[in-house]
Amino acid sequence: MDAEQLKEAEEVIKSMLIDHVPHAKAIQMEVQKIEPAKAWLTIPYQDKLVGNPDTGVIHGGVITSLLDNASGIATQMALPERQSIATLDLRIDYMKPATPGEGLVGHAHCYKITKNIGFVRATAYHTTPEDPIATSVGTFMLAANRAVPMGNTAEAIAKTEALMKKANKRSGE
Amino acid sequence: MDLLEKAVLNGEKANLEELIAAIPYAQFIGMKVEKKGSELTTLLPFSHDIIGNPMLPALHGGVIGAFLETTAMMQLIDISDGIYLPKTIDLTIDYLRSGKPKDTFARARVTKHGRRVANVHVEAWQDDKEKPIAAAHGHFLLKPSQDDNA
Repeated sequence: MDAEQLKEAEEVIKSMLIDHVPHAKAIQMEVQKIEPAKAWLTIPYQDKLVGNPDTGVIHGGVITSLLDNASGIATQMALPERQSIATLDLRIDYMKPATPGEGLVGHAHCYKITKNIGFVRATAYHTTPEDPIATSVGTFMLAANRAVPMGNTAEAIAKTEALMKKANKRSGE
Repeated sequence: MDLLEKAVLNGEKANLEELIAAIPYAQFIGMKVEKKGSELTTLLPFSHDIIGNPMLPALHGGVIGAFLETTAMMQLIDISDGIYLPKTIDLTIDYLRSGKPKDTFARARVTKHGRRVANVHVEAWQDDKEKPIAAAHGHFLLKPSQDDNA
C-alpha cells in the first residue's frame, strides 16, 4: 500500500467508523492513525463511561469496544481490499484499572491473515503500550457477509456509504 | 457513601436494580437486571447507540462483551455477601451470531467460586435461548488486596 492509498484508506475508515457506526460515535471513538495491518484508536475520558462510580474508573466494556474495533480495523488494513469481517472471538486480559480522567488508546496489529481468518493482537493504554491497561488476542472471519461487496474504488466507497446512510435511517436515526 | 455499601443497606444482599442504576456505563448502554426466584437475567434493550454495523444492522461486539461482563459481575455479587465490585482478570468472548436490532438477554453461571478468584460462564441470546448470539467465560478477582483501595 503506497502513501496515497494509505491516506485514502484512512479517510474511508475514519468516515466509516465515526459517521456510520452509531456506537463508535456514542462513545466518541476515533481513528488516530492507521498503517498496513495496524490501527490506533482513541476514546476520551467521559463520565458516562464509568464502571465504578466510587473510583471513576472506566468500565471494562469500553475497553472491550476499543480493542474489538481496533482489531477489526487492523484486519481491514491487512487485506488487499475492504471486505465485510466479523469477530469470531476475543480474549481480553486486564492488567490494571484505567486511570480516571485519562483518555484511552487502543493499538491493534493483525499479524497473520489466512484465506478465511485474521489473527490480531491489541493493547489498550494511556500513554505508552509499555504500560498496558489491557491486552487482547482475537480472530476475525473474513468475507463474513458476501452479500455486501466492498472495494477500495471511489465508486464502491460511494455505494457503501449510500447503503450505510440508508441503513442508518432504517435503524432509527 | 460507597456504592455497594449503599445497595447492601437496603437489604441483606446488594439490591442489583439499584446497583446497576448507579453504574454510569450500564445506564449508558441501557442495561437492566431482573431477578425471578433465584434466577438472575439481565436485559440489554435495543437502542440506536449500541449499533456497531449499520448495514446489517448488528449490535457492536464491544457492547455485547460489556453486557456479558457486567452480567457475570452481577451474578457474582448476587451469590456473595460481598460489598465490593469483582474485578475482571480476563474475559474470552465467542461471537456466535450477529446481534440483531432487538432486545438481548443474558444469564451467567458461576463455574467455580474460589476464595480469591471466580470462574464464570455467560450466554446472551435474543429470540431463542438455545441459539445464543454470544458466550463468554472469564476470571474475576473477588477480594481487593490489602493495599488496593481502587
